[in-house]
Amino acid sequence: MPDATGLELIARDLRAAAAADATDAPSSAVVETIFFRGRATLVVESAHIRTVLASLRERGYSFLCSVHGVDHYPHEPRLGVCYELLDMRTVDRITVKLLLGSDAAEVDSVYPDGEDGRGWPTANHQEREVYDMFGVVFRGHPDLRRILMPEDYEGHPLRRDFPIGGEPVIFTYNEHTTLGSAQ
Amino acid sequence: MTASEESGGTSAPTMSEYRRREQSVTLAPVDEQLAEGAERDTHDELLTLNFGPHHPATHGVLRLLVTLQGEVVRDIKPIIGYVHTGIEKTAEDKSYWKVIPVIERMDYLAYYFNAMAYCAAVEALAEVEVPPRAQYLRVIHLELNRIASHLIWLGTSALDLGAVSIFLYCLRERELILDLFEMSSGARMHTRYFQVGGVIEDIPRGFEARLREFIEVMPGRADEYGAILNSNEIILQRLRGTCPLDADTLLSLGVTGPLLRAAGHPWDLRKADPYSSYEHFDFKIPVGTTGDNYDRYAVRLAEIYESVKILEQALDGLPEGPHITEDRKIALPPRHELATSMEALIHHFKLVTEGFRVPPGEIYLPIESPRGELGCYVRSDGSSKPARVHMRDPSFVNLQALSHMVKGSYIADLIATVAMLDPILGGIDR
Repeated sequence: MPDATGLELIARDLRAAAAADATDAPSSAVVETIFFRGRATLVVESAHIRTVLASLRERGYSFLCSVHGVDHYPHEPRLGVCYELLDMRTVDRITVKLLLGSDAAEVDSVYPDGEDGRGWPTANHQEREVYDMFGVVFRGHPDLRRILMPEDYEGHPLRRDFPIGGEPVIFTYNEHTTLGSAQ
Repeated sequence: MTASEESGGTSAPTMSEYRRREQSVTLAPVDEQLAEGAERDTHDELLTLNFGPHHPATHGVLRLLVTLQGEVVRDIKPIIGYVHTGIEKTAEDKSYWKVIPVIERMDYLAYYFNAMAYCAAVEALAEVEVPPRAQYLRVIHLELNRIASHLIWLGTSALDLGAVSIFLYCLRERELILDLFEMSSGARMHTRYFQVGGVIEDIPRGFEARLREFIEVMPGRADEYGAILNSNEIILQRLRGTCPLDADTLLSLGVTGPLLRAAGHPWDLRKADPYSSYEHFDFKIPVGTTGDNYDRYAVRLAEIYESVKILEQALDGLPEGPHITEDRKIALPPRHELATSMEALIHHFKLVTEGFRVPPGEIYLPIESPRGELGCYVRSDGSSKPARVHMRDPSFVNLQALSHMVKGSYIADLIATVAMLDPILGGIDR
């Protein structure tokens, strides 16, 4: 893990890089740095996710372990997407996190190849899972469909305000009356 | 529903979209269907074939949409979710220690690993120290579980490739392991043995002797598997050189575990980033060279020997001491204290009714499961229930590599590759 100082240095570099790129009003790429229980987390602006991940890849964090969603309900912005990055040479991990409001939960997909010709192929299924469970739309994902829930399912079940239980079981005899059975 | 009444109002009982599609399938002979169109070149025709979900070779309920050109696989789309049981959602409604049994049921062949990843994540969040004896006991059970998982993989994979008898041998040895699990925890599967802060009980008398017997017998049995399979011409023909994938592609797809090691990349979290005292043990990481199906098989078979080595060292070096943390705010007090200590009774009551609280924060903690990096993400909001539990299951991520492996190879190799991929659908769908 980068230590607390190392995390600040990474954040400083990312901010500087984003400021150099920005043509209009300079927006801050890194919103917050969290160093908790020996683990480093960068909270970034969702618009910069692809550039942040690309520059972290240049630093050696070339393995994307996991993309997963989290819901901070009732806080706003409530939806979060975490990208767990790993540097295999130094065995170093860093978490990149972005926060999205529930009304406009959209972020660029990191799966397809970008301008540098490199994407993160591992994000394919994982982004689909986040979309399925949290309703975060990944812009530019070529195949953004539900992955674990049925295609005709309504709602995003891992959101914190999604109720537990009470799912009717669809049999042949009640398929016309149960929710989501007819399109 | 009203929407269907509008669209399909002609038929008396409204049909769902699925039923309409189902009824549109005609069973007329293929010649007649072809005759309707112009002449078609059947040689290069693409055929889309549904494979699974209920097929023994899919190792569960994996469904694959395979596009074939003759016998050559041109494209493949995995369709998953058939055993999605919403465990991550269920976990959010249970107190921390009650999550363990549901989380064990994700990857149902590696239940100790699920519990380990989750418990270690909660321990890191709550800053709980795990006593050395508990760490060693965990290692013993993890490695036993790794062998058991590999045995099921080996037996079922060989079954897919037509070798029937080895399945029986593998289950015979797995039985020894399950007996050991039964001794230590009372259950053969989904044992709920790991607790936050340690393990639920110390190993009973007689466990050590039985484990020594197992350590004695297992390498010889693994030799036998090798003797059966390594000189089997059919197995070799179907595994050697089929569906290789290089390490760089595997890394970009996020593949870890034996699949990555088979391609020559010696990445193992037990070595790279040791947890639970793995740094105390001397073992090797088996790696392959070309990353074909044979290497995937050979790496897993070699891992069985290494796990036995770890077992022996862990048993020899098993430290004395408590088997679970002494922190009464986390772990239940010993049974005998309840009769004499009011404080113990209060702790017991609070732990059983409400559970312990964990300081707010979030953590991602990876361990090395039999299939690769098993990461557990836990977010705490300060209450006694986790606000989010996510398992980065290696089967789920590794499955993405399947289409890269099998494109351009024969459908028979697809069966072998699915077997060597070792997907566990309980872990994929969670």
